[in-house]
Amino acid sequence: MDLFTFLSSSVMVLVVFTIVLTLVPISVYLERRVSAVIQDRLGPNRVGLPLTLFGAKKDFHLFGLFQPAADGIKLFLKEDHTPAHVNKFYFILAPALVMVPALLSAAVIPFGSTMDMPFFEGRQVQLAVANVDIGPLLIFAIASLTVYGIVIAGWASNSRYPFLGGVRSSAQMISYEICLGLSIIPVLLYFGDLNLGRIADQQSRDGWLLLPIAFGGDGPVVDWRTLLLLPTLLIAFIIFTVSLFAETNRAPFDLPECETELVSGYHTEYSSMKFALFFMGEYAAMVVGSALIVTLFFGGWALPFGLDNLIRDPATGAFPWWASLMHMGVFLTKVIGFIVFFIWVRWTVPRFRYDQLMKLGWVVFFELALANILLAAILIAIFG
Amino acid sequence: MPVEEALLPKDLAAAEGMVNVQINGVWHRFPKGTRLIEAIGKSGDEVPHYCYHPKLSSPGNCRMCMVEIGMPARLAPGAEPTYDDEGYLPIQWMPRPAISCATMVSENLGVRTKSTLVEEARHGVMEFLLANHPLDCPICDQAGECRLQEFAVGHGRGGSRFVEQKTKKPKNVDIGPRIRLDDERCIMCSRCIRFMDEVAMDPVLGFSERGGYTTLGVHPGRKLDHNYGLNTVDICPVGALTCNDFRFQMRVWFLKETPSIDTNCGTGINTVIWTRNDQVYRITPRENNDVNSCWMPDSHRLNFHYLHGQHRLTSSLVRDGDHHRSAPSHNAAGKVASALKSAPKGTAALVVSSRLTNEEMFLAKRLAEKCGISAIATVPREGEADDYLVAADRNPNTQGFLRIFGDQDRAATLQSLRDDVRSGKIRTLLTLQEDLLAPEAGFTQDDLEKLDFLASLHLLDNGTAAAADVVLAGSGFPENRGSMINVTGRLQRLNRAINPPGEALTNWEWLATLLRETGADVFDGEAAAFKALAASDELWQDLTLARIPDNGIQLYETGIKIPLVERERERIARGEING
Amino acid sequence: MAYIKIKRPRLGLFEKLYLPALIKGLRITLGHAISTLRGKKRETMQYPEEKWDDNMPEHYRGAPALVTDEQGRERCVACQLCEFICPPRAITILPEEIPTEDKWAKVEKRPRKFEIDMIRCIYCGLCEEVCPEQAIFLRKDYAITGLTREDMVHDKEKLYEIGGVRTGLVNKWNELK
Repeated sequence: MDLFTFLSSSVMVLVVFTIVLTLVPISVYLERRVSAVIQDRLGPNRVGLPLTLFGAKKDFHLFGLFQPAADGIKLFLKEDHTPAHVNKFYFILAPALVMVPALLSAAVIPFGSTMDMPFFEGRQVQLAVANVDIGPLLIFAIASLTVYGIVIAGWASNSRYPFLGGVRSSAQMISYEICLGLSIIPVLLYFGDLNLGRIADQQSRDGWLLLPIAFGGDGPVVDWRTLLLLPTLLIAFIIFTVSLFAETNRAPFDLPECETELVSGYHTEYSSMKFALFFMGEYAAMVVGSALIVTLFFGGWALPFGLDNLIRDPATGAFPWWASLMHMGVFLTKVIGFIVFFIWVRWTVPRFRYDQLMKLGWVVFFELALANILLAAILIAIFG
Repeated sequence: MPVEEALLPKDLAAAEGMVNVQINGVWHRFPKGTRLIEAIGKSGDEVPHYCYHPKLSSPGNCRMCMVEIGMPARLAPGAEPTYDDEGYLPIQWMPRPAISCATMVSENLGVRTKSTLVEEARHGVMEFLLANHPLDCPICDQAGECRLQEFAVGHGRGGSRFVEQKTKKPKNVDIGPRIRLDDERCIMCSRCIRFMDEVAMDPVLGFSERGGYTTLGVHPGRKLDHNYGLNTVDICPVGALTCNDFRFQMRVWFLKETPSIDTNCGTGINTVIWTRNDQVYRITPRENNDVNSCWMPDSHRLNFHYLHGQHRLTSSLVRDGDHHRSAPSHNAAGKVASALKSAPKGTAALVVSSRLTNEEMFLAKRLAEKCGISAIATVPREGEADDYLVAADRNPNTQGFLRIFGDQDRAATLQSLRDDVRSGKIRTLLTLQEDLLAPEAGFTQDDLEKLDFLASLHLLDNGTAAAADVVLAGSGFPENRGSMINVTGRLQRLNRAINPPGEALTNWEWLATLLRETGADVFDGEAAAFKALAASDELWQDLTLARIPDNGIQLYETGIKIPLVERERERIARGEING
Repeated sequence: MAYIKIKRPRLGLFEKLYLPALIKGLRITLGHAISTLRGKKRETMQYPEEKWDDNMPEHYRGAPALVTDEQGRERCVACQLCEFICPPRAITILPEEIPTEDKWAKVEKRPRKFEIDMIRCIYCGLCEEVCPEQAIFLRKDYAITGLTREDMVHDKEKLYEIGGVRTGLVNKWNELK
């Protein structure tokens, strides 16, 4: 590894970290504001720059954008209480086990196109921390570790509600991991590739997976073979998205922490920053999940309709640096759009019953995903 | 029915000195000379009344106790009486009600207490009584225990038809050092007048003016300053007479009532201690016809403010150089116990107050035995007996002391203890609830300085405490539970009304702690100590602390009589009162 | 054991799909969000700036307070009935005698200490109902805050400050009394 690779990787690690950790408070803020407007309320709109503290006449509210910061400070300053009856080691380990996988899996997400470095002539950088050939598999492998955090939290708390929450969570996550994995196989069959960077790149040439219209590419504007596969891809998208809701413990599948039954589930006994880690872990999982959906189905960083073909360097396939930065912006916009969708669904759909959840996972999605794979495989085999 | 053969009920009753009375249709039998109001009371019914008091004569001036009565018809000459199936004569009801307090029971008397006539009579009387009564209830101390309030609810009309101005009379009159009079509230029952005349034998009160302007007042140039004057406040059915000491302190409905006994003299007057939140607000007498009738001297009833005064010890003290510092109870107790135990034989002594309960004395005796202390003295307190209730012996439990520590010349024992302290023979001294520097104990500051170790268990910060090496913060009479024997030989029980303040412990707890520190077995509470005590004395054999009746139990006779009670018995015998 | 069999509606295939219903729901919430964003509908009140005080009903039960009458007399005579009736025991009263030189000496009694612990108070209004002197009323003050527990205990001074003067009450301690 030369110095350049090391430096560029380090910078990208920082960038990914910053993006994910910034998106977490932003999604918390969005959660509160979106839920508010859905319920005809205003939501937090006060916390801004407290200029009156420094002698100004008026505070600058900034639409309450500083609310997450205030919440964070509050959580930092709260008493970090460890109940006497818990298993201390696992009790402290659990929040980290929730947070770390969410951050780790962000490593393989390509958050921008391949960039022509401006000051290093001839060098190109793929904007992803780890441009590995097993992207989705790595994400599933790491994300499934999250369940350990939750189960350990539930068990180490030595208390009934957290325990029930932990048990529910593990059953739910294991069930939906299967659907999650099976559902994207048609997608992978279609791309014939497991490298998320290349998947995104291909979508920038041929149009997004769910919007297969591309101008200025090598092929036709609309490929009839892709159109033929579109229904299976759509089914894959629905199963994948719904399973992701379950996998991230989001409503309507937030049974591990449903307040009405389990106080607050596995993190009932947690306070201060330990609780904040769970909280952030959940939102980070949602951010990473959104990024994965965007990458697989909505072209990742790509502009729609193959518009990227116009600015691509035809020789190397790379983009000038300004275009890459723009792609990062496009990617972030899509991710935030999906986060809003997550939130929108949460404040629309009531929570499922546990048996309904299990039935949906095992009876509907599992079979549907298998059939979908078969269908896609046959279609691809016939029409190649 | 052949009545000639069988004895009639009137003959059966007459043989026992009784008469038959029909009350609300049921026949009862009462002794001759019983007032009708008492008879009705004994039958389980209640007649509302203001002026009548069982210990006082019956003037019959409130008219509240009216009932409908009836007698057998007077027979025409030559007519034969017609008895019913049970052998009673038919009753002819009188058209007008009669006051039951001034009517004596008689043979074949019929009484109705619930008829329409009676109800109407009561309505009328209540209306008249309330016509001039001010709407003072929110500021009146009697509210909550006011007979006028109670009967206005029970027997009143519920509204007033009176549109005229109410009579104005003197309010807030200073009639004595301890009593305030409000004439507007007075309903002219004359209980207070009769009490001062008949029981206190100091007739200073009386009515002046007439009609609606009748006013209670004191004799010109006199004050109601008799030592039994506050009893008039107790018997006043309304708030006309109020006690300066209790005035505006607390509403009675907040107060908890604990039956107990007075510890200011050997009589052991039965009392009720009224408390709220560990504070005593007032003490009133409790009826016990063998000890104090219904009365209590003012000097005794008001003697509780020292419990909440500034001299009260709230934590134990240990001498540190020339001053005291507060110490945890177990430290202080440990110091005292080790000093008593380590004192060479014959050099330690115990002063046991005769104000302690039997149980505390019993523990003190155990403690003395355990530590090998033989020099035990008590402080005799002799005073003037008044001609009412106060005994010459001002210690409440002298009899108990003599019973537990053996009959002895208490003054001589104390004198020899003083001499031993002065001669330096006694080096270690523990005093239980006695101030050794008080005149009746007779020790001087120099005496106390001769001691190596002086410990004081007392509730107040007194001279002995200042000289003591260890001061144990003890308790006062409302904080103690136990038994005492009064001057006449009557065993009575003190009940705990409040808890000691701060870190102070009860005398019992201190003695138990000391005993435990010396390594002895400790009884599980006062009751267990009483049991052990009872087992050692054949007089108390079958008693337990809880089984002592509220009015006490006569253990033996000492020959001492209580003048007021004797006088009351004479009045009952003369038929002046029912008692 | 007796049980009730609930009749569940039979769902058609279209309904069983769930997705159409979901989309319907999403449309409803989106509609609400848009109308809120456009400022057409808003349930929230911007509290410290906007208040509901004008709409408060006559019978609103806020902080209990003591009142004085037209003549400036403190109406409370410390009868302690409110202390007695108070379900959470929030009221503490220590009575005292009014000195003879006072203008209102004929009333004889007044509170020396009158404290309402607003942490305990449940705003039930029984004190107002039980008061025989029309001295305590529940006002419309609802924003009762403090930084310490002591702050939250309203003493006599504070209670008269909140209560102020109340006119038109029955005046039984008049010149005829």
